Amino acid sequence: MRPIATTRSASGMSTGRLAVWWVIGSEIVIFGGLLGSYIMYRLANAQWSEPGFAGSTNPWIGLLNTFVLLTSSLFAVLGHYAAEHEGDGPKAARYLYMTFGGGLVFLLVKTFEWSTEISHGLTITKNTFWSFYYTAAGIHALHVIAGMIIMLFVAHTAKRGLELHRVELIGIYWHFVDIVWIFLFPLLYIAK
Amino acid sequence: MATAEIRHAADEHHGEESFFRKYLWSTDHKMIAMQYLFTGIAMALIGGFFAFVFRMQLAFPGIEVPLYGMVSPAEYNALVTNHGSIMIFWVAMPVLLAAFGNFLIPLMCGCDDMVFPKINRLSYQIFLLSAIVLVVSFFVPGGGFGGAWTAYPPLSSIGDFSLTPLGATLWVVAVALEFVAFLLGGINFITTAMNSRAPGMRLYDIPMAVWMIVIASILFMASVGPLIAGAIMMFFDQQLGTGFFDPSRGGDPVLWQHLFWFFGHPEVYVVLLPALGFVAEIITTFARKKLFAYRTVLYTVFATGILSFTVWAHHQFISGIDPRMAHIFTITTLLISVPIAEMMFVYIATLYRGSITFSTPMLWALAFIGEFIIGGVTGIFLGASGPDIFYHDTYFVLAHFHYTFFPIAIIGAYAGITYWFPKMFGKKLDERLGKIHFWGTIIPFNLIFLPLFVLGQFGQHRRIYSYEAFPELAVGWMQDLRVLATLSLIAMLVFQFVFFWNFIRSLRRGEEAGENPYNANSLEWACPSPPPHGNFAVLPTVYRPPYEYSHPDREQDFWPQWQKD
Repeated sequence: MRPIATTRSASGMSTGRLAVWWVIGSEIVIFGGLLGSYIMYRLANAQWSEPGFAGSTNPWIGLLNTFVLLTSSLFAVLGHYAAEHEGDGPKAARYLYMTFGGGLVFLLVKTFEWSTEISHGLTITKNTFWSFYYTAAGIHALHVIAGMIIMLFVAHTAKRGLELHRVELIGIYWHFVDIVWIFLFPLLYIAK
Repeated sequence: MATAEIRHAADEHHGEESFFRKYLWSTDHKMIAMQYLFTGIAMALIGGFFAFVFRMQLAFPGIEVPLYGMVSPAEYNALVTNHGSIMIFWVAMPVLLAAFGNFLIPLMCGCDDMVFPKINRLSYQIFLLSAIVLVVSFFVPGGGFGGAWTAYPPLSSIGDFSLTPLGATLWVVAVALEFVAFLLGGINFITTAMNSRAPGMRLYDIPMAVWMIVIASILFMASVGPLIAGAIMMFFDQQLGTGFFDPSRGGDPVLWQHLFWFFGHPEVYVVLLPALGFVAEIITTFARKKLFAYRTVLYTVFATGILSFTVWAHHQFISGIDPRMAHIFTITTLLISVPIAEMMFVYIATLYRGSITFSTPMLWALAFIGEFIIGGVTGIFLGASGPDIFYHDTYFVLAHFHYTFFPIAIIGAYAGITYWFPKMFGKKLDERLGKIHFWGTIIPFNLIFLPLFVLGQFGQHRRIYSYEAFPELAVGWMQDLRVLATLSLIAMLVFQFVFFWNFIRSLRRGEEAGENPYNANSLEWACPSPPPHGNFAVLPTVYRPPYEYSHPDREQDFWPQWQKD
């Protein structure tokens, strides 16, 4: 049984949405600290734009993954629309599965990309650029995986028409994961 | 009425629960508060014991320490490192923020539980795991981490330097897990206070303790992220061989210092604010006066919170930062003493011409104000970059931050525990034993740390295993002061048993407290002591601010928030 506390809304915002925003707030500072450190190092090390450093990342694969993630976010929006405006749980669940599929494609592309780089000797210990590259993208990938797992749970209940407000909540989180990638892509792939 | 019936049903269900579900798997905010409180007290015993061992080594170098044995230099380093880590991350945080946050926020806001009880349970479980990981790290090959609680690289990041490759990694993992636990708890605190307040409770009707815990949670959330990123980088440096903090490979050890202190300084305020909140509740209750300038206090706390993000590099004045930068951080650091000084004046103004009762909680609250002022004033010396170059890493710094952290973590916690004990357990604490414990803690505390100010002034460095190797520091009177500090510490530790005796005795034979033993105003005093599952028989409505004491139009000198007229 849910406590009465959960059903109150003194701020005017639903409890779930409020909590998701606070989660995102705490995540922003985690990525902010990491990317801030990366930018400071980048400014201090001009040679990081050369091959062997950022010069060796593949922007086309990064672009492909950006496209995949943005498309999956579109499905999350459509799922939210289906849940909130049409009240159609099964349809929302279908869109969530498509979002999940987008996350899966992203991870597969990432696996291919990383295995190519590692086989060329560009490992996490190669130099500090690659340490940042794998750390930042790795933490982001963990967020993608976490989002996908939660999405399966949300889709499972939404399919039966229950807890439809959760479709929006996982969508907010998914957009955040997307936006983190929008920062990672130029910082790691485009700035040479 | 329907609500009351549901409550009754919930109570009966609760009665059937097994020991495991009731004490280890509970989602009830009060039980989770107790779990945090007792875990924190257990860790405090470990941290206090560590202090005893290394103080014995300093006062009587090479002695066979009772209950421990000979202290080797490596063990000495591990003891001081983990004393600091435990007292801040596993005592101050869980007791002040998590235990009291969990206990007070739903009660003071007049609701039945936290908004996310299961996340709350998960928060404690992760915290417990972090404590276990830390304790395990003392027993792995090489021993516990000994690179100081600030874990500066390269000592912390390279196993060949720290000589505790596994202990150092477990330390980082434990700290990171602890952060995750408090992020989960903090989201619960903030969301509960924002959304689940009783009908009628406007922003300015929220008791100061709740405000302070919520603002502390926000500060924690906004400052800890970079250090979580830093902990991951540190972990990779230790275990994968990356070079984030290794200058020979393109890294920079000062980056860790920035990430650590960007969190570390707001962290001081994260633990200070809950203690300030408890003091506000206690002095208004026992002076029977309205809190002086409620809104000013609140705005001051906001200002402190924002300023606390701009002072971190005052820990790095001798780390090779640009002297122009040091000037800026000197200015911000001296600025932050203004709002804190203002808070102290507000509390003194609250006491002024009050009808004061010197009960045990009140003594702790007054001691907090007095002792914390000493900590604050000595901080001015260290915040200015010039004197800090002289004082850096001396016992002056050590005495200064113990004069801030001891009032926060120990005096503040005792103030809270003695004040809310009747609500937590339904019994009153013994006042006479409480006062013996109070004086037995406060007098030795000052006798421990005042000599250390003097020793620091004469150049005694921190983190030294034995001063016998330093002829200018091994002189007789300095050694006498070290012995005085150590003996005072032993006296203080012994007096803590008075508290435990009082605690257990009052639980068994204490006077029944009743719902509102202090005639206080805030909502936690509206429910039975101890509050049952679901807290209130009928969830209360709020009609007025929390500090309406000695209202001129009323016969009673208090006017509870939940009373209609």
